[in-house]
Amino acid sequence: MALLQIAEPGQSAAPHQHRLAAGIDLGTTNSLVAVVRSGRAETLPDEQGRHLLPSVVRYADADAVVVGHEAKAMAAADPHNTIASVKRLIGRGIADIKTLGGRLPYEFEAAEGGMPRILTRAGAKSPVEVSAAILEVLARRAEQALGGELAGVVITVPAYFDDAQRQATKDAARLAGLHLFRLLNEPTAAAVAYGLDRRAEGLHAVYDLGGGTFDISILRLNKGVFEVLSTGGDSALGGDDFDRAVAHWILEQAGLGEGQDPRLLRRVLADACAAKEALSEAGAVPLDIDLGEGRRWQGELDRETFHGLVDPLVSRTLSACRRALRDAGLRPGEVADVIMVGGSTRVPRVRERVAEFFGIPPLVDLDPDRVVAMGAALQADVLAGNRPDSDTLLLDVNPLSLGIETLGGLVERIIPRNTTLPVARAQEFTTFKDGQTAMAIHVVQGERDLVQDCRSLARFELRGIPPMVAGAARIRVTFQVDADGLLSVSAREQTRGVEARVEVKPSYGLADSEVERMLRESLTHAEDDLAARRLREEQVEAARVLESLRTALAEDGEALLEPDERAAIDAAAERLETLAAGSDPEAIHTALKTLERTCAPYVQRRMDAGIQRAMAGRRVSEFD
Amino acid sequence: MDLTRDHFALFGLDRTYDLDVQALHDRYRELQRVVHPDRYASAPDQERRLAMQEAVRVNEAFQVLKDPLQRAVYLLGLHGIDLDRANARVDPAFLMEQMELREALEAVPAAADPHTALEAVLERIQAAIEGLQGRLSGLFARGDEAALAEAVEGVRRYQFLDKLRQEAEGVEARLEETG
Ligand SMILES: Nc1ncnc2c1ncn2[C@@H]1O[C@H](COP(=O)(O)OP(=O)(O)OP(=O)(O)O)[C@@H](O)[C@H]1O
Ligand SMILES: [Mg+2]
Repeated sequence: MALLQIAEPGQSAAPHQHRLAAGIDLGTTNSLVAVVRSGRAETLPDEQGRHLLPSVVRYADADAVVVGHEAKAMAAADPHNTIASVKRLIGRGIADIKTLGGRLPYEFEAAEGGMPRILTRAGAKSPVEVSAAILEVLARRAEQALGGELAGVVITVPAYFDDAQRQATKDAARLAGLHLFRLLNEPTAAAVAYGLDRRAEGLHAVYDLGGGTFDISILRLNKGVFEVLSTGGDSALGGDDFDRAVAHWILEQAGLGEGQDPRLLRRVLADACAAKEALSEAGAVPLDIDLGEGRRWQGELDRETFHGLVDPLVSRTLSACRRALRDAGLRPGEVADVIMVGGSTRVPRVRERVAEFFGIPPLVDLDPDRVVAMGAALQADVLAGNRPDSDTLLLDVNPLSLGIETLGGLVERIIPRNTTLPVARAQEFTTFKDGQTAMAIHVVQGERDLVQDCRSLARFELRGIPPMVAGAARIRVTFQVDADGLLSVSAREQTRGVEARVEVKPSYGLADSEVERMLRESLTHAEDDLAARRLREEQVEAARVLESLRTALAEDGEALLEPDERAAIDAAAERLETLAAGSDPEAIHTALKTLERTCAPYVQRRMDAGIQRAMAGRRVSEFD
Repeated sequence: MDLTRDHFALFGLDRTYDLDVQALHDRYRELQRVVHPDRYASAPDQERRLAMQEAVRVNEAFQVLKDPLQRAVYLLGLHGIDLDRANARVDPAFLMEQMELREALEAVPAAADPHTALEAVLERIQAAIEGLQGRLSGLFARGDEAALAEAVEGVRRYQFLDKLRQEAEGVEARLEETG
């Protein structure tokens, strides 16, 4: 049965098909998926009406993966095979994980590549694979609700995620077989959900304290444009730390030290979390803890004690707020609204101290658990091309400075933090020895002056520099960060043009070949072999190119093209269309490239015309 | 996009030091609406690459124009003056003033009330910067050779002060972190 598609108010009936899209909030504790239906973003429940999917993955046996509530229920009983809070591990090296604080109940494989893998009965699992398992469940949920295959998704990440963590999240999407439109920063997503509903213009702060991460973003909202002025936070600070503080206190009160067995630790952590959440309503909560072997401990936790435990953590979030404000050149009083996001902002003490800091009561109207997923869904809908008239535009920044190592272990900053994306910056370096023919380039991220205090992102080498005296070579290193916050670096020797380029794959990330291998091995993709997949990808790309070309030609093909140019484009398009109906991915790829080349001048002219129109539009409206 | 077009032309603004900040912000938004890669999320790779390139350029131009110091350096460049090569005239009176400000800044952490002491230093820096901005706008408006030579010296001073301001903000950050 064909459904009638009714254009939404204020929107022209789309000339193209409505494409299915979803927004996924991949959280430390809970994950959610949301979609836009009839112009409204809504999160999707499971069959039992539950919207939140606990971000817990259990490898029940060699090939049964359980995700969500059932997995969470088994966390205490089967700690080694049940992975919770994997977001804390994603994109991190084994050394980072050791310093994360709090004992993790997993066993790690000493990985050669530096990427830690968790030993489970189903084998060693990387954080990327675990995250992919969560993504798959949510994507299926969206596909079921929408009744079709997703054209793409927007996945949210903490604004403060570094390049390695973003890359790893992107890899997880790929492993889950999803087309990623965009990685979106969580606070920006929340602002989208709020801003569009309320049409509030001006300066806003988004305070996002979830289970495992804290983010603060300062944004200017103006006529649909969300301009992030600065962002800050701590990608290892959240409600989990509240739980740990409380658990620590419980163990202390019960006369037990650290270094307990993982099962007990998990139980106490769960009790601590329950007590913390209950304290958001009650003034004090009774505790009755099972210490194992028939021993119990009873006591009470009141708000005052709790405040004492969490205040240092809340203070850390406020320091980050102060810095973000300073980076934006603002004082706390200049912010019109503070949007509260994340489950931990339900803690009354958090609200109290945030209100005191900004001097205004924070906004809590939208469900702090769902607002991020809703914003992601709205943006996914825009990126899928379903809202051609939308004027929403998100201008994000890079959260951490990027630079390279120079002599003496010092960092030379190339892109400072809070630079609007996308950005490209170049800097010139030279050789320091006579006849030097290679140069090692070490890319780092962070705010400190010493390389050892920053995060190492990648190392690569520019070879083939013509031998010259020291200081004569001119090596231009270019950093480019795209709208997702992902970095690529290239280096070029200026006099001879020797070039080296890397997509920055973090030292503890997955190599592309590894992702390929996992795709091949993973159960869900066992049927579609790689060749079929490749063909399908090329066909989809061909269809996309042809559709967008057709729309463009109808709009301004007449105005911008000479007849012979038009004929060449038509011929190349026709050839692509014919080949796309066939089964040779290579041929489709070549035809695509040919069409792209033929269209290049046209594409450029269109972009220029768009820019001219934008400027002309401004000038006209200025006079009225 | 015409790469020979300078930042001012890209934003359709007059080549002046006193630019209309509101217009700059409005045009920035309009331009990003056209070139931002998110507008091309479903477009072919080629268009996405082009959009990326243009958006980078718009961001770069905006960055330069909105910052009064970078704007001054850029304007000098458009007048064919490379600041790194231009003659440095260092006014001893100015240097004295700098040294004094720096000493005041160094004394901040040890002051009885460091926050107030820092506030005072920041205010002095700010006042000096605003004075320079006023001077630069007059000089760029004149635009003759003598005026530009003076502007070079003004920009040099501005760079000093800007560096000092960054250091002062660093001190502020450390003060806040230690409570
Ligand atoms: N009523 C409540 N009182 C106190 N804390 C709560 C309450 N409800 C939820 N939380 C806490 O909120 C946290 C989960 O928040 P949320 O679901 O926003 O995090 P997340 O999105 O999974 O994590 P992140 O955004 O850090 O990746 C948990 O630590 C949980 O204990
Ligand atoms: Mg969250």
